[in-house]
Amino acid sequence: MSFDWPILSVLIWLPIAGGILMLALGDRAVAAGRWIALLTTAITFGISTLLYVNFDTTTAQMQFVEEHSWISALSAMYALGVDGISMPLIILTAFVTPLVVIAGWTVIEKKPAQYYASFLILEGLMIGVFASLDALLFYVLWEAMLIPMFIIIGIWGGPRRVYATIKFFLYTFLGSVLMLVSLIYMYLQTCDGGQCSYAIADFQRLPLSLNEQLFIFVSFMLAFAVKVPMWPVHTWLPDAHVEAPTGGSVILAAIMLKMGGYGFLRFALPITPDASSKLDWLVISLSLIAVVYIGFVALVQQDMKKLIAYSSIAHMGFVTLGSFLVYELISVNGDVRGAAMGIDGAMVQMISHGLVSGAMFFCVGVLYDRVHSREISAYGGVVNKMPIFAAFAVLFAMANSGLPATSGFVGEFLVILSSFRADFWYAFLAGLTLILGAAYTLWLVKRVIFGPIANDHVAALVDVNSREFIVLGILALAVLALGLWPAPLLDVMRPTVENLVQQITASKL
Amino acid sequence: MDAAINHFGMPATNAELFLIGAICVVLLVDVFLSERTRWVTYALSLLSIAGTALMTISNPVTARVSVFDGMFIADPMGDVLKLFSYGTVAVSFLYSAEYLQRRGLFKGEYFILGLVALLGTMVLISAGNLLTVYLGIELLSLSLYALVAFHRDSGIAAESAMKYFVLGAISSGTLLYGFSMLYGVTGTLQLDEIAVAVREVGAGNIGLVFGLTFIIVGIAFKFGAVPFHMWIPDVYHGSPTPVTLFIGAAPKIASFILAIRVLAEGLQDMVASWQSMLIALAVLSMIIGNVVAIAQTNLKRLLAYSTISHVGFILLGVLAGTNDGYRAAMYYTMTYVIMSVGSFGMILAMSREGFEADRLDDYKGLGRKSPWFAAVMLMLMFSTAGVPPFVGFWAKLAVIGAVLNVGLSWLAVVAVLLSVIGAFYYLRVVKLMYFDEPTDSLSVQAGGTVRTLLSLNGLAVLALGIFPSVLIDVCARVLP
Repeated sequence: MSFDWPILSVLIWLPIAGGILMLALGDRAVAAGRWIALLTTAITFGISTLLYVNFDTTTAQMQFVEEHSWISALSAMYALGVDGISMPLIILTAFVTPLVVIAGWTVIEKKPAQYYASFLILEGLMIGVFASLDALLFYVLWEAMLIPMFIIIGIWGGPRRVYATIKFFLYTFLGSVLMLVSLIYMYLQTCDGGQCSYAIADFQRLPLSLNEQLFIFVSFMLAFAVKVPMWPVHTWLPDAHVEAPTGGSVILAAIMLKMGGYGFLRFALPITPDASSKLDWLVISLSLIAVVYIGFVALVQQDMKKLIAYSSIAHMGFVTLGSFLVYELISVNGDVRGAAMGIDGAMVQMISHGLVSGAMFFCVGVLYDRVHSREISAYGGVVNKMPIFAAFAVLFAMANSGLPATSGFVGEFLVILSSFRADFWYAFLAGLTLILGAAYTLWLVKRVIFGPIANDHVAALVDVNSREFIVLGILALAVLALGLWPAPLLDVMRPTVENLVQQITASKL
Repeated sequence: MDAAINHFGMPATNAELFLIGAICVVLLVDVFLSERTRWVTYALSLLSIAGTALMTISNPVTARVSVFDGMFIADPMGDVLKLFSYGTVAVSFLYSAEYLQRRGLFKGEYFILGLVALLGTMVLISAGNLLTVYLGIELLSLSLYALVAFHRDSGIAAESAMKYFVLGAISSGTLLYGFSMLYGVTGTLQLDEIAVAVREVGAGNIGLVFGLTFIIVGIAFKFGAVPFHMWIPDVYHGSPTPVTLFIGAAPKIASFILAIRVLAEGLQDMVASWQSMLIALAVLSMIIGNVVAIAQTNLKRLLAYSTISHVGFILLGVLAGTNDGYRAAMYYTMTYVIMSVGSFGMILAMSREGFEADRLDDYKGLGRKSPWFAAVMLMLMFSTAGVPPFVGFWAKLAVIGAVLNVGLSWLAVVAVLLSVIGAFYYLRVVKLMYFDEPTDSLSVQAGGTVRTLLSLNGLAVLALGIFPSVLIDVCARVLP
């Protein structure tokens, strides 16, 4: 399916153009600027739904493809396209950004134009990362994305924002530079009669020896594991989350982390299948450590944002676990369906975590805007003063702990089912999340929401206003919809995932 | 040899001859000017550069031409580099004029020395003989020594100039000694004949390797590669900012072409020998440059160490020893010059009487005071750090690709890891501008010319980063 206009380019460049317009307007026209930001992101979301409506669910081919020559000397292309893996993530990005704009509506007083501009530009870059079919374009957008996020945390963040943002930048930069070396290396390997290529599809077809694959895999692993983030390279995330403004935390949790998972599925697994199969134990163990150990770490947090940040790491453990179960399932049991189920689970978990963690950070933001504290001990009995808010918070907390009928359940359930087919102990450890997740989330709810009114600050709370209600309401609907009826999402992914399973289990040796 | 070329080497040497004539005219006119009419010298200097550029453009070289019995060569790469040098020198003049005027340094000598340095660069670019190489180097270096000492009441400038001169003289001597060794073994100073002779006597000849070592030392000094970098921080710091800007621009092109003419054209067969030497220089430069820059509190010194690390990257391209690598090094040099001119231009734009704006703390809160120029500086800093979508990224990509292509993967890994360390201190500048509170009422003070130039410079870094083909294709055309 394809349009006669470049829909993906519009999705990328419309928000960026909006951002530049806002920078040009400056802080003088804040009111107009807010509406421009909202309008741009809303239109972007509207256009992104066209991707879903017109998506051909019978093929694993790239759709809505655009190809133009970009740097002829390097034969790098401006090549865009989506398949069943990238399309849902693009829609997620376009869905969350307008909510971030609404959430910052009256809250951001310092340089609002630059604030919205950063998010708009970031949105365009993130959509570009998911839509790139050219590895060089992907890398450029992947790195460029760090700049607006660096600014967002650094300018609008909390007291230790400078430390957090520099740590965030250097950590992710360090992770990805080695990937660049790998990409260039593969580019040089594709050279055939003087014609080289940066196309991701060519990299996936490229025959590589096991040693080459191992090196390339390790470089990918570093880049994506930092982004996901996996234990033990997760330490930037709690800092970044705690210090970032609400909008920054939401984008970070909802979309940026997904890029790690997306990278594994798009790059690491198909390009280095043999190395992935050799080292799958490493990823699986790190994922299980993330699920169990980080779950315990989350339990002892005093800071609400830190708790949710750690819970993000634990949940993202399911994404990497689901993606790397494939080899064991296929090689030991020949279980293609189980393998596809693992990747399905990973994908659903990504989308669901995007919605749920985003919503949780919004909830913290709502409280923070009123009390200016993120400490759990500063709250208690919020339900007495904010009943509507409490209803939403409890719903999202349930989704976060994986209650059936919420989106959190579907992904985790699929991954646990799939890991059962691989190894009982994987499933056992992964299943612990149902206890741990429930423990830290519900305990958080108990301490913050329920109980008697703890202090004067809480007594002075007023319930959500209509702006906050809209944001939380939309997210709640999405969480419930995906939890009750995930079929539309699974349907668009099916051909791509089946194709991917075949691709990543075919040895390149 | 082309029959159309006359006794004076015209039209291949048109640009050089024109510039020599123009310099004489400017010198003469300057003598008769009063302080109030000094701008005539400035205008004439810019006109001279424009005229020289016109000469080069109107006589484009399509293939290599050699004149004066091979002493002087004109080739497409030379044309591009010359045009680029004209541009950088003209931009340096435009950036500097206001600063010089405000400090009573607006003297004819600055422009005349600048033009002579440009002439030296041009001679070096077109050198086909070791003597021409040396002539070009000395013409350039002596002008630079004088430029550094140009603010004669400044003690620190005089000290820098002395240091620069003494070390520069030693390095010129070393280079000359190396040349004499080459001459001893090959019996010629002509670069193309040296290439043939090296093939005959064999690259392993001890005399050749001995001479090569001295030549490498000389080249490394001109580049400012570790361990021959000692002069860079002091000279960058001590010189008046316009001179620092000047030294950071055209002379880098000269160093690059020095390496290409001598190593790639004369001694290509000895690539195995000089490659290993350059690897050591490149790695050390990247380490020292990036690590020591972290400790700097003065922006000029910080940029000096950043230069050292960039020199390491340029050497990465050269040491690949392939056309691919030379192209990457050329591209890197050009992009580096664009970024360096912009960064020093920023210091010029911020400075005013009694305030040099060269301490890092002077940039605190600039994002609040002058949002646009802070954004320009942000682009320059991210570009210098090699973060896409700015042009600095493509330069790094090119040299890393060249190094990988000759199988030196470990070197590529070392280079990217060190560039992460480098990213830290560029981020610190951004942090000061955007995340810190302003300390005083500083802001961009400069007039229209500097403002426009700086804006264009920042936009160029972005535009060349989004459409890198523009510059890459130029390099690819002249170095196929």
